[in-house]
Parts: sequence; structure tokens; C-alpha cells
Amino acid sequence: MNKLSAQRVSMQFSRDGKTTNVLRDVNLEVAPGEFLCLLGPSGCGKSTLLSIIAGFLSPSAGAVKIDGEAVTGPDPRRIFVFQERGVFPWLTVAGNIAFGLSKLSRTDREQRIAHYVKLVGLEGFEKAYPAELSGGMKQRVEVARALAVNPDMLFLDEPFGALDSITRLTMRRELLRIWEAERNTVIFVTHDIDEAVQLADRVAVMSDRPATIQQVVNIDIPHPRDISSARYLELRDGIFRQLGLAHKV
Amino acid sequence: MNSFAEPRKWEKLFWPVVACALFLALWHFLVIWSATKVFPSPLAVERGIAELFRKALLWRYIGDSLRRVALGFGAAVLLGIPVGLTLGWYPAINRVINPVFQILRPISPIAWIPVSIILFGVGDKTAVFLIFLCAFFPIVVSCVDGVSNVPLMYRRAGRNFGLAPAQLLSRVVFPAALPQIIIGLRIALGVAWLVVVAAEMIAVDSGLGYLVIDARNSGKRYDLVVAAMLLIGVIGLVLDLLFRGIRNFKSVRWGFRNES
Amino acid sequence: MAWQLAVSFSSLHILPGPLEVVGGLADLIKHGLLLKYVVASLFRVTWGFVLAAILAIPLGLTIGWHRRAEMAFNPLLQILRPISPLAWIPIAILWFGVGDLASVFLIFLGCFFPLMLTAINAVQGVPAVFLNAARNFGLSPGAIVSRVLFPAVVPQLIVGLRITLGIAWLVVVAAEMIAVNSGLGFLIVDARNAGNRYDLVVAGMVVIGLIGLLLDAGMRSLESRHS
Repeated sequence: MNKLSAQRVSMQFSRDGKTTNVLRDVNLEVAPGEFLCLLGPSGCGKSTLLSIIAGFLSPSAGAVKIDGEAVTGPDPRRIFVFQERGVFPWLTVAGNIAFGLSKLSRTDREQRIAHYVKLVGLEGFEKAYPAELSGGMKQRVEVARALAVNPDMLFLDEPFGALDSITRLTMRRELLRIWEAERNTVIFVTHDIDEAVQLADRVAVMSDRPATIQQVVNIDIPHPRDISSARYLELRDGIFRQLGLAHKV
Repeated sequence: MNSFAEPRKWEKLFWPVVACALFLALWHFLVIWSATKVFPSPLAVERGIAELFRKALLWRYIGDSLRRVALGFGAAVLLGIPVGLTLGWYPAINRVINPVFQILRPISPIAWIPVSIILFGVGDKTAVFLIFLCAFFPIVVSCVDGVSNVPLMYRRAGRNFGLAPAQLLSRVVFPAALPQIIIGLRIALGVAWLVVVAAEMIAVDSGLGYLVIDARNSGKRYDLVVAAMLLIGVIGLVLDLLFRGIRNFKSVRWGFRNES
Repeated sequence: MAWQLAVSFSSLHILPGPLEVVGGLADLIKHGLLLKYVVASLFRVTWGFVLAAILAIPLGLTIGWHRRAEMAFNPLLQILRPISPLAWIPIAILWFGVGDLASVFLIFLGCFFPLMLTAINAVQGVPAVFLNAARNFGLSPGAIVSRVLFPAVVPQLIVGLRITLGIAWLVVVAAEMIAVNSGLGFLIVDARNAGNRYDLVVAGMVVIGLIGLLLDAGMRSLESRHS
């Protein structure tokens, strides 16, 4: 059975008497343990779609089911990772990671914190506050915080958007390494075509507003992916063309 | 342009000392030059403070004023923060209550004095009530502002991790709003200090405010008047500095990055 | 409504209910006193406030601009600021006697320090990039002040003016209760002393509150047009 199933999801926002159609008839299936990218230009509605899937918004029409159950609200089994602004500034790194772990015993909790601090590569910074960390480090804290509760699904909304492009390359590798260790189902929103092709098992290409899923591309290259390989470039160009983008700058 | 040159460390102490020295010198000189019989010179003020100290009145008056501030401010905090958090959390209630607040707020604490005297009579309780009333509003307002300025992202993250609304309030909204609440507390403390002096001038018979009025009325002791004024200023400054110190705690320092 | 109920239920027969307050207000208007008192209070506020603004803002901007000046004067300002204008009353009466001038002086004091601190703060808050850009384009110091610095600080100054106007309104009422014999503050004190007319007392408080609100609203509309 599919982990996630979105059927005919549509979303409208009304403000000051004007209605905007953000999503129109979106259909999506995600398999367990899969890494799926939602790709599209900024403002096309992919973040809205992700918020609906995560349960923060109710769709105007259609339904989302996870594990066969309808999604009615946010749930700790499916953690949303915002951009590094989502890290709580009044807690230390350890405090943030421990946020969802209040039901555990003290020893269990400390064990888990130590494990995930190590996993995201932030040893030595447990007592640091977010204000003292770089953007990339804050992003790692947020990922660690999300993973610490062992969620089934992870939703990442352009998590590397605020980072410089060099850091972004490192972070992508790190994310894949962590994902291969944990194997949650991941939905990753991005506007960066290269990022999508580098990371995902499948890429759902979204159209402009009112958005729908134009095409789902299967990325059949095994990790680690050579970004100069012919197959990589072929898949990437395919998406370029799908989006109707010019090939020369 | 000298304003763009980085001042050196010793200058941090040097210039204020120079300015204060100039100020005192100017004061002293003006007193002598105008041959005033009543207005005190800096030395006279200093002697006045020493006299109060000897008569053991100094600490008693300071203690009285501080005590009233502590009671009134404390009550305002204990009542104001929950009320403010509630109003911020439920905007619907806030819309109903807010107009009442807006009308009550500009009414000078002094104008409340007659009402206060009716309710509590002349004395300590009146002063404490007035302080409470005036500190209450800034605290509530800053709580409401703080809560409504908490980024949506934090609330969503909290719900995502399965927090119930009560936990959301205590573990996410309150810490996130805390820097702004602290600003409100600092403003309220400043107001409290102003009001205690005013209340003491009118409605009680001890404390620094009372000293200001009494020193003049019973003997035109302007040296004591000015002494009291300076003490009021210095203590007010100390209270304010205390609060600025609170801002340096790491769990709230993140909210004050833009302040000097 | 809640007020009327509270008064009816309480055993304090001294506090007036809303109906009596309205009656008191009508009384004042009939005798032509309300307008006279309101004008007197507003008159003093205007004088004190405008004087303070004219002096404090240029001074504050200058001090804020020169780091050393700010370092020099800041401690003095910080000590003088918490001294309530009311604490200055004996000195004010000593220098100016009982009357209009004294209360204007008090209002001036109450507005001067906050405005100066606001101006200093505003100057220090101007982003360095603005000033660097201005220097880059070769503007003279005078032009930098008028074409870059001033527009940059105006929004913050207006907020400061609004808050200070509120303070001025508070101070005038207090000053009138103690040091003069006309105006809304005087009304409150007098109504109580000369006959326990608490309906007038509360009426006075209501008028004070309303005018304060109007002043504040007026300044806010100025704010929204300039920010």
C-alpha cells in the first residue's frame, strides 16, 4: 500500500473578496521509504501542498490519506522541517533536539540526543544557542530535532534555501547520508532543478499557479550520483524542457 | 568627520566624567553668580544627603519607596502576565476588552488618586494601588504584542510535535514572546518608579517623593529637595540597568540583537 | 453597563454611576467651564510640548551623530530621565512661581528627555549603508543630513512625538492638580475638595481619557502617512 495518497486536492484562498486558486486537482502517490521531490517555481503552491499534506491546512477539495487514514491535523509521526528559522532560539542545540522527547526517560532521551547530534555532525555544540550557529548548522539542528522523534515521514520545505550554494552541496550529501541511515519517507520541496535530480527517487514537476502535477520523473540513477554523467544530464534536461525553460543563458 | 572614527576604550569613561564635571561646575558657578539664597550648590546637596544618612532617614525613605514599587509592580506582573497572555492567545476576547483599555490607559495616574483615596484611604495601599494600575497596562500590552508576534512557524512546529494547546502556550509561545514581555516589564518598572514618587508627593507621608515636598514645605530645605531628586534619578537608573542585565541571559538574548 | 451594575451592587455610595457622571458633564458644559478647562489644559500642553520638541530634537540628533558627545551626555541623561516631572515641582515653583509658566516648564521637562533620547536612538539606528551610499555619491555633510539622515529618522521621531505627547498630557493633569488653578487636573482636585462632587471628578477623568485618546489617534494617523 502506498504511504501517502493525495486525491484531487485543490486549494483556494480568499482575501478581500478575491479568490486565488493555488492548487487544482493534485493527485500524488508516495511509496514507503521513498524520497520524493516537489519541484516548481517559487509561489507555485508547492509549499501550500506540503502544508496540506502535513495537516496544517485543510484543502478546499480532495483528500490526503497517510497509511490509509485521512489527515486531519499535524502529527508527530510526520515532522515538517522548516528553513532554519524554525529552530527555537531560546533553547540550546540539545534542548531543541530534545523538544519532542519529553515522554522518554532521562537516560533514553540523552542517548537519543547524543545519537542525533553525532548523526548531523554537531558534536561539541550541544550547549550552544542557535544565535551562535551558522545557517547550515541551524538547519542541521532542525533536521536532528525532526529525526529524534523517529517519524515515519519527513517533509522538508526548501530547507537549504537560505544557505549559500557551496554549503548547499554539502548539506545535500549530508541529508542523503542521514536518509540512508534512517530510511523515512521524505517529501522535499524545492525550486532548484539540480537539487531535485540530485536527491530524489522521483521528481513531481509542478506547473504554475493554479498548480497541478505536470509530470513525474523517475530518477533511476543509484546513489552516489555523478552530476556529470550522461544519464543525470539527460534527466535534468528533460525537466528543463518540461518546464519550458531556455537552455542558454 | 570625527563621528566616524572609532572611539578608544578609555574614552568611554573619560567623556562622561568630563561632562558630569562640567555640569557640576556650571551648577556651582551659576549658584554663586546668581547669589541665590535658596537654590543649593552641589556641595550643599552632598551635605544634605550626609545629613539624611546620619538621621537614618535616608535608607528608610528609600526603603519605603522601593517597597511600594515592589508590591505594586509585583502585583502588576502576577496579574498582568496571565491576563496579557490570555488576551494575546484569544484575539476575540482581546477585541472586546481592548477599547476599554484604550480609554483607561491615557488617564493620568494622578487623576486616579481621588478614586484611590476613596477606596483605600491615604497611605501605603493607595500608593501600591496606583503603582499597580499604571504598571498593569504596559505589561498587558507587551504580552499581547509578544504573543501575536510569535512566528506562525514556531506554533506549527509545536503542534507538529504533538503539543496540547496548554503546552504550546507554555513551551513555545511564552518563551518566544519573552523578549517582548521583558521590554514591557522594563517600561512598566520605569512607570512604577515615576508613579511612586508622584503618589508619595500627594497621598502618603514617607518615601522619596514625600521628602521632595516635605523638605520644601517644612523649612525650604532646597538642598534636601535636590538631594531627593538626585536619589530618585540614580535609583531609577539602577532599576533600569538591572533590567538591561536580564536581557543578557542567553535564553532571551536572541530577541535583543538590535538593541544597544 | 458593567459600571452601573458595579456601583449599584457596591456599598460605596460615594462612587458615582455613569448616569450621574453624564449629569455632571452636562453641568460643566452649561456653566461654560468644560470648554474653558479643556482649552487651558491644551494650551499648556502645546507650549510645553512644542518647546521641548524644538530644543530636544536638534540637540538629540546632534548628540546622536557624534559618538563622543553621546558617550559624554548619556549618563547625565539617564540620571535625569527617571526623575518624574512632579519631583521638579518645588524647583519649578521656586523659579517660576505658581501659575502657567511653572506647569509649562514641567511639561517641557517631561517631554524633553524622552524626545532627546528618541532622537539619539533614531540617529544611531540609521543603517551604515545609507550613510556610506551618501558619502559614495559625494554629498556634502549638510546634504547628507537633510537628504539622507533626516528622512531616515522621521518615522521614529514621529513615534517618539506620539508617546511624548501622551506623557505631556499626563503631566499637565498632574501639574494642574498641584500647581495651578484652572484646567482639567484642577477640576478633579477642586471638585473633590469643594463639595465632594465625585460625579464631576469622574466626568473630568472621562474627558481626560477621551482627549488623550484623540491626541493619540491623531498622532497615529500622522505616523501611518509617514512610515
